[in-house]
Amino acid sequence: MRKGLSLFAGAALATAMATSAAADTFVYCSEGSPEGFNPAFYTSGTTFDASSRTLFNRLVEFERGETNIVPGLAESWDISDDGLTYTFHLRENVKFHQRSDFRPSRDFNAEDVLFSFNRQMNENHPYHEVSNKDYAYFGYMGMGEAIESIRAIDDYTVEFKLSSPNATFLANLAMDFASIHSAEYADEMMEAGTPTKVDQTPIGTGPFILAQYRKDSLIRYVAHNAYWEGKADIDRLVFSITPDASVRYAKLRAGECHHMVYPNPADVAEMQDDPNINVLSQPGLNVGYLAFNTNKEPFGDERVRQALNIATNKEAILEAVYRGAGQIAKNPIPPTMWSYNEDVVDYDYDTEYAKQLLAEAGYPDGFETDIWAMPVQRPYNPNARRMAELIQADWARIGVEAEIVSYEWGEYLERSQNGEHQTMMLGWTGDNGDPDNFLNTLLSCQAAETGGNRAFWCNEEFDGLVQQALRTTDMEERTALYEEAQVVFKADAPWITIAHSVVFEPVRPEVKGYKMSPFGSHYFYGVSLEE
Amino acid sequence: MLYFILRRIGMVIPTFIGVSLFAFALIHLIPGDPVTVMGGERGMTATERAELEAMLGLDKPIWVQYFQYIGNVLQGDLGTSYVSREPVMSEFLTLFPATIELTVCAAIFASVVGLTLGILAAVRRGGLLDHTVMTISLTGYSMPIFWWGLLLMLLFSVNLGWTPVSGRMDVIYWIDEVTGFMLIDTLLSDEEGAFTAAVQHLILPSIVLGTIPMAVIARMTRSSMLEVLGEDYIRTARAKGLSKRRIIVKHALRNALIPVITVMGLQVGLLLSGAILTETIFAWPGIGKWLVESISRRDYPVVQGGLLLIATIIILVNLLVDLMYGVVNPRVRHSK
Repeated sequence: MRKGLSLFAGAALATAMATSAAADTFVYCSEGSPEGFNPAFYTSGTTFDASSRTLFNRLVEFERGETNIVPGLAESWDISDDGLTYTFHLRENVKFHQRSDFRPSRDFNAEDVLFSFNRQMNENHPYHEVSNKDYAYFGYMGMGEAIESIRAIDDYTVEFKLSSPNATFLANLAMDFASIHSAEYADEMMEAGTPTKVDQTPIGTGPFILAQYRKDSLIRYVAHNAYWEGKADIDRLVFSITPDASVRYAKLRAGECHHMVYPNPADVAEMQDDPNINVLSQPGLNVGYLAFNTNKEPFGDERVRQALNIATNKEAILEAVYRGAGQIAKNPIPPTMWSYNEDVVDYDYDTEYAKQLLAEAGYPDGFETDIWAMPVQRPYNPNARRMAELIQADWARIGVEAEIVSYEWGEYLERSQNGEHQTMMLGWTGDNGDPDNFLNTLLSCQAAETGGNRAFWCNEEFDGLVQQALRTTDMEERTALYEEAQVVFKADAPWITIAHSVVFEPVRPEVKGYKMSPFGSHYFYGVSLEE
Repeated sequence: MLYFILRRIGMVIPTFIGVSLFAFALIHLIPGDPVTVMGGERGMTATERAELEAMLGLDKPIWVQYFQYIGNVLQGDLGTSYVSREPVMSEFLTLFPATIELTVCAAIFASVVGLTLGILAAVRRGGLLDHTVMTISLTGYSMPIFWWGLLLMLLFSVNLGWTPVSGRMDVIYWIDEVTGFMLIDTLLSDEEGAFTAAVQHLILPSIVLGTIPMAVIARMTRSSMLEVLGEDYIRTARAKGLSKRRIIVKHALRNALIPVITVMGLQVGLLLSGAILTETIFAWPGIGKWLVESISRRDYPVVQGGLLLIATIIILVNLLVDLMYGVVNPRVRHSK
């Protein structure tokens, strides 16, 4: 990898370019280099954009621009009545990428599915230790415990047996880590003694083929002509790696890229006025919150938590901290997620009522506490320090004197996981679009023990609803359970749900057909360039 | 001369040990550890943490870690990045040519422009030219790199469209990496116009990075020239009836250059640190961004290895500068 990788001869490409002068090259100004090209190892969106969303497909996919599940490499699937057996019927005639260094001899089949999952699941698999990295999301999503066995019934049928009913299983299979690799390529590379190539220059079935990568500079892809959904409209895709937001903006204005990510919030208004730029926007799949440590007094009392909720002016926070790039959160899950409960009523800002509640709880003169603020900018909270100052001022009005505390980011996460805080800010960005990924991961009784639940809040009613929803495969039933769980959450107020950030993506006007993903990933199949 | 060289080289060794200890201590002293940062909002269980720490060798006492590290360094092994799991040396070698290319061009810009302006200002002391040069160099010296870079970019790249905004090469050219130096690789490739594009991409970043050293060199050259021009032997040369040009170039400049060369050597450190900012602004794929990211991720091997390599280069350049005095000024090499 030292000299950068190049999988297509320069001359061959030059010829291809000369013969089709009108060939469309789409340039995407990305924010950083991918950590690698095998999405199973990593957790960052930057890496997924460059790997799973371009090079690969999964058995099932998220519908473009949505969080619901649609068929991918599996044309259809059956779920047994007990929710324990998932049988996938695979798509036929799906071609793998063909490159100068690899020519597939067969189409995609069950063997590739087994390879892609067994590698992550089975410690004795010959590829398990190759590249010496963790299978991060496979572990996070509890796939090892969830899957009891995988077997191929025939070339185009694969059966997954689960150890317990798990309604999030399908959504997990649509996640980046579950991308399907070519088993034939892996065998060939193992024989050649270069197995790490499977992770550095992988072969998938996706709409684009990896052609060249230069760290911190660019990634080149060419369209996969035999792609099963039809060849992409654009012929070549280039990720121009540009870490600074002002420079990405300059490149977009100069026409050096067609699409940029993560604009400076301060630039958005100017971009919206520019006729040469279309600014797309959508609420992110995230939530920024303040958690009360319910293990510490006085936060064990729900009246205190409610009073502080009521005393906090979220409108002012939205204005000062998110500057229009956010919306007030009333539920712990974002509004783009299914089962979001519209009927939940948020706490209205009312200082007098807050004082009264606090007096009822036995604190007529308030008390002293702390507010922990992250030292870093996160997608769900652009400026935690500023937010803490506003909340501090709000709480002072009802006699609650809060000291703002901050640590270096790693230290912050560790200390708050140990419960050293009284109140703290944090947030979450969704992984698989399933409400379980928020409600169970951040608020369950189990998460209170492992530290993911920074409020250390364990409410039996809430926990019962969430665990029941996890075991149910019926969507309507699950929706009802989650809607009820949100009501219980709001009444007991373990958090102040602050805001969901709004994500902006400026594109050039000639870009057609681009759809923003609620997951914040960037997906260029289906995009075309108009003269 | 040999004794002089050996003595100078001997002084490099303690400096090197000091730097390695300093780099190691500094990154370990900053609060926060790489394992927690890897966990992020999600956190990790005590078992996962212990496994990861053992894998990264962070479970051993800190002094053991240091001696292991130094032992490996002496065998040429700078360790493996915690994040990418690639050897630090190979990542460094991939990115470093871009930094060298930029720094060398900036150094050439700084020296040529700085020397010329400094000499002109000294010769026309007190005149309009002198005042202009001094104003330019003072402004240049006080210019924040980030602001200056964006300003030039908005003017020349976005509004006038004369130079490309950022990066090393236009995406339409397909350049295979042979040496890692874009100016050389574009000449080796058969892509027409690629070399010109590479030069165009270098212009703004070189000017931005070279501005502060240029200002320093101009001021140093001016004052050093003024001092020399007042010496008796210059008056003698004038009295002999030598041409003004000959006096300045042959008699004055050569003696005035000694302090200037020292300053130029010191500028290498400034250029490499300035490169970190310049690379970020111009999306230049060098070691600057790599180091900054590795600090926030607490990627110990990259920070330590990167600092050590950069320090080595600065030490070597200054060693070279010291040796060059010997060539320029015989008094230096004969003194004990």
